[in-house]
Amino acid sequence: MELDLKKKNLREVNEKLQNLDRKQNQRDFTITNPEGNHAICAGLTEEMNVIIKGHVGYYCAGMNQNAKITINGNAGTGVAENMMSGRVHVKGNASQSAGATAHGGLLIIDGDASSRCGISMKGVDIVVKGSVGHMSGFMSQSGNLVVCGDAGEALGDSLYETNIYIKGNVKSLGADCVEKKMNKNHIKKLNKFLKEADIKNLKAENFKRYGSARKLYNFKVDNIGNY
Amino acid sequence: MCGIVGIYLKSEKFETLLGKMLSGMLINMGSRGPDSAGFAIYKKEDDEEYKYSLCINNISFEKLKNDLKNKISFSDFKENSDHVVVKSKDDPKKVLEIITSEFKEVSIVGYGKSIEIFKQVGEPKDVVKKFNLESFSGTHGIGHTRMATESAITTDGSHPYSTGEDECLVHNGSLSNHNNLRRKLKKNGINFNSENDTEVAAGYISNNLSNKKTLKETLKKGLNDLDGFYTFITGTRKGFAVLRDEIACKPAVIAETDDYVAIASEFQAMAHLPNVNSAKIFEPEPGIVYSWGY
Repeated sequence: MELDLKKKNLREVNEKLQNLDRKQNQRDFTITNPEGNHAICAGLTEEMNVIIKGHVGYYCAGMNQNAKITINGNAGTGVAENMMSGRVHVKGNASQSAGATAHGGLLIIDGDASSRCGISMKGVDIVVKGSVGHMSGFMSQSGNLVVCGDAGEALGDSLYETNIYIKGNVKSLGADCVEKKMNKNHIKKLNKFLKEADIKNLKAENFKRYGSARKLYNFKVDNIGNY
Repeated sequence: MCGIVGIYLKSEKFETLLGKMLSGMLINMGSRGPDSAGFAIYKKEDDEEYKYSLCINNISFEKLKNDLKNKISFSDFKENSDHVVVKSKDDPKKVLEIITSEFKEVSIVGYGKSIEIFKQVGEPKDVVKKFNLESFSGTHGIGHTRMATESAITTDGSHPYSTGEDECLVHNGSLSNHNNLRRKLKKNGINFNSENDTEVAAGYISNNLSNKKTLKETLKKGLNDLDGFYTFITGTRKGFAVLRDEIACKPAVIAETDDYVAIASEFQAMAHLPNVNSAKIFEPEPGIVYSWGY
């Protein structure tokens, strides 16, 4: 079903997708003329396929659960922010804070993501086929961030349990972020992500893994007595 | 918040449409800045006359025209809403001094051989309409929609700021060292009309350009001297540049085709531009000067 944002207003389109009848079998939608509007497909909860033909603004596919959303264009700030499950695929570039605070699901970005990609991520898996900007993975808590290109300054600053895999160069590491060994399990997991993102020309063995050195204040058990 | 927009034409194809393109962008960015709006248009002018964009505030055009006649010679007096563009062959230093000292009710919003600036308080869609921006043609243009933070909602507090010949600057963000910098620049002879932080950045750019630095060099130097957060779009007679601070809190997106470069705070502001969906669209990287022309 085609939903044309030149003919219907954004709220109408979002409400339709947010309130999809569980018994409905028609679950393929195409959104045309997005024209950089904000919050397109925010808050979807049902399984469905949505293809957005064009560039989107801020917070596209935010809070997504279950839906599979493909953006045939670029995405503005906070694409798939706070996603819980499902799959969001950006065919172009993504702006700042892609996948911010997301708890689950898979976010694939075919182009580059700019600064703060995966900031405070809490379980989402993010695969960026290009490069990411500065402060990516900042305070990220859980999940996996895979970058096939390079990473900007202060990668993984103050991170907790997230695994960051980078194929290219890292401009600098943030506080408490260190390079870690790749074991068989990591390679297996990474291969799974590369497969899911349809990346065939790269080998998991050629990536480097980064994670927390666990040396910051909150990792020290002695500090517990202060509370 | 605030919204900033700009277009630099790489070919002549869209020159007559420049005002229309910029107008659509400004209206769309009304959501980021509903207090005031303004724009600078660079026109192709070959003659050697200077143009002065003036906001007449509360006096009448007739009175200004008559009084001005006795002080300077001018060839054109083009009224547009509450602004007027005066063309004169006289020495700009003299003209500026006369207007500043003897026409205190009038605000000089900009001057140069190519630039015309219009800015006013009010919703961007109304401001754009009252100055009939759609009818303008030119080679490049810059605009701003304001949500006031650092100074009052007045014409003087609106962008673009112009502190030098054919120069202008719009800014999304906030500078923290503008008071110190203003004091330093005043010593170098730069005049300021407001308490606004952006005017200081404009003055900083003018000061460096007058010291024979290029626009690119000036902005690079600015990364060390301007403290705060910002996305700047700045224009000169033949040039156009964009700079984001190194933390890059403030958004910007660039769309480039063979015919034009457009920049805006958000993509939606340029969704109406011709062939934008096939343009190269990217986010300017923090701390890197992007410039076109010279």
